[in-house]
Amino acid sequence: MVNGYAGKFLEIDLTNQKVEEITFSKKILQDYIGGRGLGVKILWDRLGDKWETIDPLSPENILLMLTGPFTGYFLGARICVTGKSPQGNGIIGSTVAGEFGVELKCAGYDGIIFTGKAEKPSYVFICDDTIEIKDASHIWGKTSRESMRYLVKDSINDIKKIHPNYGEFKEPSVLYIGPAGENKSRVAAVEAKYSHAAGYGGYGGVMGSKNLKAVVVKGFGPLPDVVDQDKILELSQEFSNNCFNIEFFRRWGTGSGGYTFGADSSSEPVRNWQEEWHNEKSYRGEEFDKFWVKKYWGDYGCPVTCLKLAALRDGKYAGAICDNPDYELEAFLGTNLGIFSPEQNIYLSYLIEELGFCGIQGGAILGFAGELFQRGILSKEDLGGINLEWGNVDAFAELARKIAFREGIGDILAEGLYRAALKLEEMKKIDVLKYAIHLKGMAIGGHGLKSGKDMVTRTSIGYSVSVQAGDHTSSASLPIDEDGSELYSILSDSAVYCFFTTFNLVFDQIASFYQAVTGWELPKESWFSEKGLRILHLQRIVALLGGPDAVWRSKQDDTLPSRFWEPLPSGPYKGDSIDKNTFEKLKSEYYTAVGWNNDGVPTSEILQKLDLKDVELKLKKEHLL
Amino acid sequence: MEDINKLWIKRIYEKCSGCRRCEIACSLYHEGKIWPEASRIRVFMFVPGVEIPHLCFQCNDYPCVEACPEEALSVDDHTGAVITDKSKCTACGTCINACPGRVPHLHPQDDYIVICDLCGGKPKCVVSCQEGKWDTLILLEGQDIETEKVSAETPKQLAHETARKILGEKATEEVYEW
Ligand code: SF4
Ligand code: SF4
Ligand code: SF4
Repeated sequence: MVNGYAGKFLEIDLTNQKVEEITFSKKILQDYIGGRGLGVKILWDRLGDKWETIDPLSPENILLMLTGPFTGYFLGARICVTGKSPQGNGIIGSTVAGEFGVELKCAGYDGIIFTGKAEKPSYVFICDDTIEIKDASHIWGKTSRESMRYLVKDSINDIKKIHPNYGEFKEPSVLYIGPAGENKSRVAAVEAKYSHAAGYGGYGGVMGSKNLKAVVVKGFGPLPDVVDQDKILELSQEFSNNCFNIEFFRRWGTGSGGYTFGADSSSEPVRNWQEEWHNEKSYRGEEFDKFWVKKYWGDYGCPVTCLKLAALRDGKYAGAICDNPDYELEAFLGTNLGIFSPEQNIYLSYLIEELGFCGIQGGAILGFAGELFQRGILSKEDLGGINLEWGNVDAFAELARKIAFREGIGDILAEGLYRAALKLEEMKKIDVLKYAIHLKGMAIGGHGLKSGKDMVTRTSIGYSVSVQAGDHTSSASLPIDEDGSELYSILSDSAVYCFFTTFNLVFDQIASFYQAVTGWELPKESWFSEKGLRILHLQRIVALLGGPDAVWRSKQDDTLPSRFWEPLPSGPYKGDSIDKNTFEKLKSEYYTAVGWNNDGVPTSEILQKLDLKDVELKLKKEHLL
Repeated sequence: MEDINKLWIKRIYEKCSGCRRCEIACSLYHEGKIWPEASRIRVFMFVPGVEIPHLCFQCNDYPCVEACPEEALSVDDHTGAVITDKSKCTACGTCINACPGRVPHLHPQDDYIVICDLCGGKPKCVVSCQEGKWDTLILLEGQDIETEKVSAETPKQLAHETARKILGEKATEEVYEW
């Protein structure tokens, strides 16, 4: 019996419609924790020896939905979605908040492993030990809301059959995809609760490739037993009080950033990153606030509730409802498209969620198309009649729809920045890759580096050497054991918790919570020089091994998009740029700190120290080492 | 009058953040573990954004108590809460159907009904909700109860009404049709 874990995982073979319960040894759980860490371990063990040959959108890929030992007990529940990423061909740990992980654990499972591909559109229904793979043909092609409405309603009826005399029970939780995912877009998200998404990584497309529309789960049991409930309560109270005191963040969430990251820190993408500064007062937090119908919104156990519910009650876009665009969506579905109206931004965020895109990845591809239109590379005809001028929200909305359903140009753009750029280059015989602001196949989060003033990504190497490339929630920094480093992100994605609830907490506090749940110690030293590092290396290695259509090499790819090397063209920090020498120096310091050689490949020495000899052999076989 | 000391929890649904910290507190107090379905207050979310913390309304005429064929339910003199006598309850479900709000539900593991007992007079859920300043749950005493108390409704009815309040008529049609 392990504490804090249900102790079993579901393995669902969609090809053969087979469901099995599996377990992992205590050692594996102790080393890889859960979520991202465990996901990396499962994927490496099962796919590692043929990693580079696997197409992430083929049935060979494995899709994982994994909780961690913090899910349900720690403030603000999340679940981690992962697999081989169709964006970068590596592994991205993509977490999404909500009750799904709690329901899953209450149903008796720590996670779900999906293999193969269902013959026809399907969804999986889980209610404790009842597990069914059900037909989803009638909701295939439907938007998020419509799909959810059906799934919740139908599943409630199914649960009633199992518990006819129970009385009312709470609705089940759902992870689902929209049309973008169904059509295997590489910028599609796995979504929850209308406006929550595991966006980075493109796992919505992976679900689509498996003909898996949704997973519905309801658990009637308690969360698994913990070692020291009193200690958990004591720590929860302490950590919660810490959150209650962060008044500003609770009040605004990240939603005041749409103005401040542009106006104050000059680090917000504007018109496909052509600028990073704007001073549009129309875009201030207060202007968004006017549309908020709920000022504090959150997920299971959250003391912060930094989300806000925005609704357009009247006007042209009446009926649009979403969680108030957080900073990233304010940027990628706003400023980066030349949109500076909260109303239009809310509408577009709502639409993007309805269609099933990741707001960042999906928004970035719209911005890319916008710039190609601006430069006359893509014409109105190319775009199927869309006049894609900056700020034209209806045009961007129409293009998003085309991408979701892969109509016309949408078929190319659905492939994400990198692949779409290659395709368009071929068609147009012009270098367009320079307008695709991506790293290793992934759009970069909305935190520019040139001004050096961004609060989130604090160093110029943040994205370049991250094992999750452009992911702003997993950026690298030095020293590697300092708060905010990528090893901290690996911890939060593996224990699975939200880092917005851990401001001001130090490692030892997290470790004591971990110990109160599991009874296991997690000394700082063991995380930063062993366990965390092992997960980091595995992620690095699969990124280097890549996939059939793209591989990344440190020399050309541990860098920044070419536009990031140009000076800021406007604003108070006009002329500021990233110093290439400092960047290179930091990069090599980082390589040394984590144990990579000059080519950015983990050394034999560190691999042996971390007990990753099979990895070493594989790297040698592929002539990477 | 003895009524003066009785307690009633007022709920302002539009304010509910969906944090479900009330559920956590309630199940920890009554079950010693985190157990969403065993909580005596459960936050229903048929529509994301429209969260309904649902618990006993302490009807003036207590139809559940009246209906129980086993006399397993009674009213606490001091708080006005419905108290379940586990040893008498046969889990027949009569009270569920008698309750206009369909509040009582089976314990998810054992054969008896669970209903909010007001934690013996110090409701844990209210503390959770207040400390986070969500102010969705408010503890009323004495005279205030008379003016504020509302009658029982089902989670679905409340979700409909609250969706309309939060999202407006037009939005309601789109997200909520059942
Ligand atoms: S504690 Fe309050 S705000 Fe949170 S879910 Fe319960 S009623 Fe809603
Ligand atoms: S709300 Fe239901 S459970 Fe509560 S007193 Fe009324 S009938 Fe009984
Ligand atoms: S008053 Fe106590 S028993 Fe009733 S819902 Fe609140 S926490 Fe649960």
